[in-house]
Amino acid sequence: MNKRRDGKMTVFLFELKTYRWSLLWWAVGIIALQFIMMIFYPSMAQDAETIDLIIKHYPEELLRAFGMSEQASLATVFGYYTFIFTFAQLLLSIQSAYYGFNFLSTEESNYTADFLYTKPLNRSRIIVEKQFAILCILVITAMVTALSGLSAIELFRDGRPYEAGNYWVLMGTIPVFQVFFFSIGMVVSACTKKLKSVIGFALGVAFFFYIINGMRGIIGGDLLGYLTPYYHFEVAYILEEGMIPWNRGMISIFVILLCHGMTYFYYPRKNLPTV
Amino acid sequence: MENLTKYYGKQKGIENVTLDVKEGEIFGFIGPNGAGKSTTIRTLLGLIFPTSGKAEIFGKDCIQHGHEIRSQIGYLPAEVFYYEKMKVKDLLKYSASFYKGDFTERINELAQLMELDLNRKIEDLSYGNKKKVGIVQGLLHRPKLVFLDEPTSGLDPLMQKKFFQLIRKENQKGVTVFFSSHILSEVQYLCHRVAIIKDGSIIKTEAIEDLQKESYKKVHLKGENLAYEEYQHLNITNFQRDHYNGVQFLYRGQIRELLSAIEHTRIDDIIIENPTLEEIFLHYYE
Repeated sequence: MNKRRDGKMTVFLFELKTYRWSLLWWAVGIIALQFIMMIFYPSMAQDAETIDLIIKHYPEELLRAFGMSEQASLATVFGYYTFIFTFAQLLLSIQSAYYGFNFLSTEESNYTADFLYTKPLNRSRIIVEKQFAILCILVITAMVTALSGLSAIELFRDGRPYEAGNYWVLMGTIPVFQVFFFSIGMVVSACTKKLKSVIGFALGVAFFFYIINGMRGIIGGDLLGYLTPYYHFEVAYILEEGMIPWNRGMISIFVILLCHGMTYFYYPRKNLPTV
Repeated sequence: MENLTKYYGKQKGIENVTLDVKEGEIFGFIGPNGAGKSTTIRTLLGLIFPTSGKAEIFGKDCIQHGHEIRSQIGYLPAEVFYYEKMKVKDLLKYSASFYKGDFTERINELAQLMELDLNRKIEDLSYGNKKKVGIVQGLLHRPKLVFLDEPTSGLDPLMQKKFFQLIRKENQKGVTVFFSSHILSEVQYLCHRVAIIKDGSIIKTEAIEDLQKESYKKVHLKGENLAYEEYQHLNITNFQRDHYNGVQFLYRGQIRELLSAIEHTRIDDIIIENPTLEEIFLHYYE
């Protein structure tokens, strides 16, 4: 006897509306980042030899930490774009983790949980609708990233060649990368009481995995890399080979599934805190 | 509700709460702060889960069929919090969208009655006005059962009166009301039956009339050198001295026995009256 008209995605639409400004600002940030950095590509490519020479003089460890020793010369389109995209990834991971840490805790810390969870919907349904809204926002962000990256490349490449197919393979990994960070945040927001300083947690998690990848670069080997989605979806590798290293990528997917399983198990049983 | 128990870790919320609220009544739920009123309501609504025991609403289990039950339930929480950035109108629309039907007219009606401005933002509202939003929000979908958790806090007396009238009217239409409060006079005024809760356990459930009737009498005596010993053989409680050579106490039993006991003492004046619910209540809390 479900009195509610089914398919009336009430929570989904509400959430989508809630996130629209946030989406806009992140999109603007990512577009700006890619264009501004790409502006310098033509002059960079012209002086390629000089710049590669300068870079060679940097300590090897530093280059590895930024993933620059593994990549092609900054003079090539992809060589330079790898450098840009790593920063875009950092932004994407902060955004996704922020949404994740906010995901269930925001209703609790603003005490709107009493309102939402006394409505005639079971909690799993509410979680699904909320997730669906976030997924839409993340996919739109991914599309904005892909299209603005492509536009920036096309605008500033000065006829230098690149493999468009490989570019799209890389872009295809964005949603998984985003959902990884979102899931980490989500499971924490589900299992803690009244999570505060969400932005701090988001930055922490995003930089943590970024730095681990940097350390992997310095130390070498795969072991540290298995911990971080930056390595699961290694930019330089994908742009070079045109395929995803699934043996590592699967780890991200496994973590995502684990986080979802924990959230769906725990949250419908959680005692919601009151004032 | 049967033996409903909720522990927060080791801390007791409620213990073996057994209640039976009848369809169509206004049921008062009274006790001091922290006695377990909100815990009971939040368990019934599925916001928290019982440690043991079970509860049914409309004959269905509160946990298993929670979302079905909740389509017929309205809830006004003790502390009202809503999405701060939203307009009152949009919040109420959002709330209504969870239920089947069009409630625009009903929202306008209720808002007009409670003198609530629909075009203001939630964050700009005073506490009392937020409470009004809560009231409209809890009633707009014409629920069959309404939980009111300390509904009058923040409302001015005039608004309280209007609110009581509204609740009465809803009740006459067949709505069952579960009214939690720590203010006895309002429970006395509005409710048919009342349950008294203390430290997480129900002390007594009774019809309001019976509770007052229950042959409790409040007795004031005036006279020189009145002593407790003279009356202690009677069934009396809450014995107090006042400043004017007087004593007062609650008496339970035959009035004749009381009178014959008093006959032999030196009293100048006597008042026997029905105790207020407040006094009965204090008696239970001794």
